[in-house]
Amino acid sequence: METSIVKIEHLNKSFGNNIVLADMNLVVNKSENLVVLGKSGSGKSVLIKCLVGLLKPDAGKIILLGQDITVLNDDELNLLRKRVGFLFQSAALYDSMTVRENLEFPLRGEKTLSKEEIDALVIEALRNVGLEDAINKMPSELSGGMRKRVGLARTLILKPEIILYDEPTTGLDPITAKEISHLILEIQKKYNAASIIITHDVECARITANRMIIIKDGKTHIEGTFRELSEDKDEWIHSFFQ
Amino acid sequence: MGLVITIQSRPTLVQFGAESWLPGMVAVSMIREIAPVITALIFAGKVGSGIGAELASMKVTEQIDAMEVSGINPFKYLVVTRILAATITLPMLSIIADAISLYGSYIGVNLKNDVSLRLFFLQAFQSLSFSDLLPSLLKTFFFGFSVGLIGCYKGYNCKKGTEGVGIAANSSVVLGSLAIFIIDMIAVQMTSLLSY
Repeated sequence: METSIVKIEHLNKSFGNNIVLADMNLVVNKSENLVVLGKSGSGKSVLIKCLVGLLKPDAGKIILLGQDITVLNDDELNLLRKRVGFLFQSAALYDSMTVRENLEFPLRGEKTLSKEEIDALVIEALRNVGLEDAINKMPSELSGGMRKRVGLARTLILKPEIILYDEPTTGLDPITAKEISHLILEIQKKYNAASIIITHDVECARITANRMIIIKDGKTHIEGTFRELSEDKDEWIHSFFQ
Repeated sequence: MGLVITIQSRPTLVQFGAESWLPGMVAVSMIREIAPVITALIFAGKVGSGIGAELASMKVTEQIDAMEVSGINPFKYLVVTRILAATITLPMLSIIADAISLYGSYIGVNLKNDVSLRLFFLQAFQSLSFSDLLPSLLKTFFFGFSVGLIGCYKGYNCKKGTEGVGIAANSSVVLGSLAIFIIDMIAVQMTSLLSY
């Protein structure tokens, strides 16, 4: 039985002469939290942006939930995207909408849902991130950690099968960062969703990772559990954990 | 606009003893040209820059990417709606501007004379024909469309960073205004060609 939810084969992506991903290969299994580490500019964010079709790869195959996204048309890609969650580094909340409207937005295309069902989904998603009270607030009234939580709630509302986190704890104080890391773990258990977590935060990686990879020169340099990588003797790898 | 043009034109018309032409002359110039173009230019300044800045800011803060990854087509949601709104709204604003400028002209006429509102509008509309109204109204649809299109294009394709937002807003106004003059020039040529 196929257990992989994402399969990336020989992925290449360049911006002009700058080669960001070179022959990248990656597999993410069902219900697994995969943490991706790497230096700034090593192509971690480019990797997940290629995965949802925000960036078009130069070469290679991306099999997401059983479909090769490099050959899908726009409508097929939009349908597939509804099964994928994406938490942006800045949370990317729609700043002209309230928290409720932000959460309702991804459900616009769901014509089968009644107003009461949408309300129930919004409240459930907010309850899961502990922010029911913020339902009528504007994004500008929220703190950094609350914005991340609302962004996560907006991601959860479509009950995704895989969630992509782009530096979920960046810019947060250590306590809030830890709360967000535990929230990621809770969500994995509750929704049984796989995750790819791009981060620089070793504590976040320690809490959330089932498996980790480190990217170097546009490809997977090393792969293993947090413990295996943190105990690696290689000085370059060890420097991530200091 | 109507008030100013009336006050400015009166001395010349008085010299030729043609003061009674004032309502008709102002009505023709306002409805054919000045009201639609000035309204469109103000529209480009206010709405065009607003569209450019809003979409650029959404682009910079990854809000457009967020829409895309949630399976919503941002082009339909953000671009099509704004272009449609601009195309429909500007002709309405232009009609309001026509009415206000004619009323302004009525005030201008009454600063020196005593003309009733009914007589003023009778004289104004006697000088106008259907061929004055229709082309002027039609071109405002194109003005609105171009302002919306340019604002959306500039905002949607802005460079990253705060500077990109400023450039998008600025170039939306500049290019939108330029497009209004070009469309106006083409509209005038076409109207004069069709009237012969």
